[in-house]
Amino acid sequence: MSNTRFALLGMLLFAVLFASEQLVTNQYVFFVGYAVLQYVVLATAWNILGGYTGYVNFGTAAFFAIGAYVSVAVNKLYHPPLPVLILVGGTASGLIGLAMGYLTLKLRGVFFSISTLALAIVAQAVITNWAFVGGSSGAYVIRPRFGPYGGPFIAYLFTIMLVMAIAAVVLARSIERSKTGVGLAAIRDDEGAAEAYGVPTLRLKLMATVVSGTLMGMAGAPLPFYVAYLDPPSAFNLSVAVNTIAMPLVGGTATWLGPVIGAVLLSLIQQAAMVTISSAVNLLIVGLVMVGFITLAPNGIMGLLKKRRPAQ
Amino acid sequence: MSSITISHLYAGYNKVHVIQDLSMNVGDGETVALLGTNGNGKSTLMRCVMGLLRPYEGSIKLEIDGLSHELVGMETEEIVSLGIAMVPEGRRLFPRLTVEENLTIGAFRTAARPALARNLEFCFEAFPRLRERRHQLAGSMSGGEQQMVALARALMSEPRVLLVDEPSVGLAPLFVTRTIEKIKELKESRGLTVLMAEQNFHQALKIADRGYVIVEGEIAFEGNSAAELNDNELIQKFYMGV
Repeated sequence: MSNTRFALLGMLLFAVLFASEQLVTNQYVFFVGYAVLQYVVLATAWNILGGYTGYVNFGTAAFFAIGAYVSVAVNKLYHPPLPVLILVGGTASGLIGLAMGYLTLKLRGVFFSISTLALAIVAQAVITNWAFVGGSSGAYVIRPRFGPYGGPFIAYLFTIMLVMAIAAVVLARSIERSKTGVGLAAIRDDEGAAEAYGVPTLRLKLMATVVSGTLMGMAGAPLPFYVAYLDPPSAFNLSVAVNTIAMPLVGGTATWLGPVIGAVLLSLIQQAAMVTISSAVNLLIVGLVMVGFITLAPNGIMGLLKKRRPAQ
Repeated sequence: MSSITISHLYAGYNKVHVIQDLSMNVGDGETVALLGTNGNGKSTLMRCVMGLLRPYEGSIKLEIDGLSHELVGMETEEIVSLGIAMVPEGRRLFPRLTVEENLTIGAFRTAARPALARNLEFCFEAFPRLRERRHQLAGSMSGGEQQMVALARALMSEPRVLLVDEPSVGLAPLFVTRTIEKIKELKESRGLTVLMAEQNFHQALKIADRGYVIVEGEIAFEGNSAAELNDNELIQKFYMGV
């Protein structure tokens, strides 16, 4: 399927889901849906660098929280519409990704991962000491009662996240199938050889980091309106980073579909566990599922499905 | 016309000096063998030519179509664009990419893109086995087939100068012979200039016009013909253990 047709299919999916929003009377559905879609964006974004390129990023929380906090700061100054906040938050995280890429992409394997972890810690320290956005005591954001086109505001947030999720997946798929995608896969398989054959490895890695960081920041920008109260420990929560790594691993990192399956599956399980068991059991479930997949299906659900099919 | 002239090259990794005051040249249309056992600097020299390692000192000049380019200080992508390609030691395929995708990586530079289909066709004609296996993952192929992919991948950028690093490593003797003969055949059909590093002295001399023996990062002997290399006592000492 061509990129255009896939994008049209995405728009069709959006139209169907958007139309069915009118039928939903229980707002809780939107709260759950938002959380699931947010993880679709994060997992897809992570996979561009972690799955396609093979650079494991432990700093998802940093990009996500920077998007959220830039959104808080800009909102405090100007009150622009939400899409503007998303663009500003995404740009900020993309720039952080560019800077981090320049400093760390010469590092390979586990050394790169450690430096992304360090980024998350440094960013949290900076935000905790930034009084304008509430510092350690957190920031309150008043969630409007209604969205700009009527309906509850949470339905508006859900719609926005839906657009981002579809856009992120369309983008990831087009990268995967482009010349750039083959270049990224070559870096993942053997970076030294890719370089020897004239693949501009640093440029491609920087591109992947920037795209990945931007999408994560965009996913974080509406967060203050979703939670209404944002403090550093929750914005930089370990669960964001762990979930974002677990989801592509569970779904499969080689294609765009893997992170989507992983994100939907894991976040639905977590949402169900939250209401039926307890909210603290979330990460335990993720941990168990991750251990199970790493030992039994290292290539994720997509890998299992592929095995079933006869080889070409 | 394409030739490489290396003069007074010093190179190494941080404080470990590997190449000392090395000068040599590869003339247009020649096949030059770089002989020497492990750890004498053959691969280091090739990495310098490709811009993968920056030498401490010295120059590497590429003459191509009447223009002269200093390769020291250039990025690898630029060097590939000028028309040099390398088949790395141990083949270094991308195991989780298909054969065809592996070949596409060889034509990653923008200039090679318009000719992609033509070069792919050329590679499939030169290596019919690869056409059959174009959708197979490169990592699942035999050593001999992988060496074919590595050679074909280097040809995808339409190089004028081909560097081949240890083509015989890890191959069964029959495949070593086939690989060496294939290099010769490709060289003739494409008018390539070839620099080949090889430990397997007898195989290398089958196709080499001349050769250099490199010992501890210096040129120990320069043989102007295969016969001269054959009779050399250094070679007797290093290879035959006489």
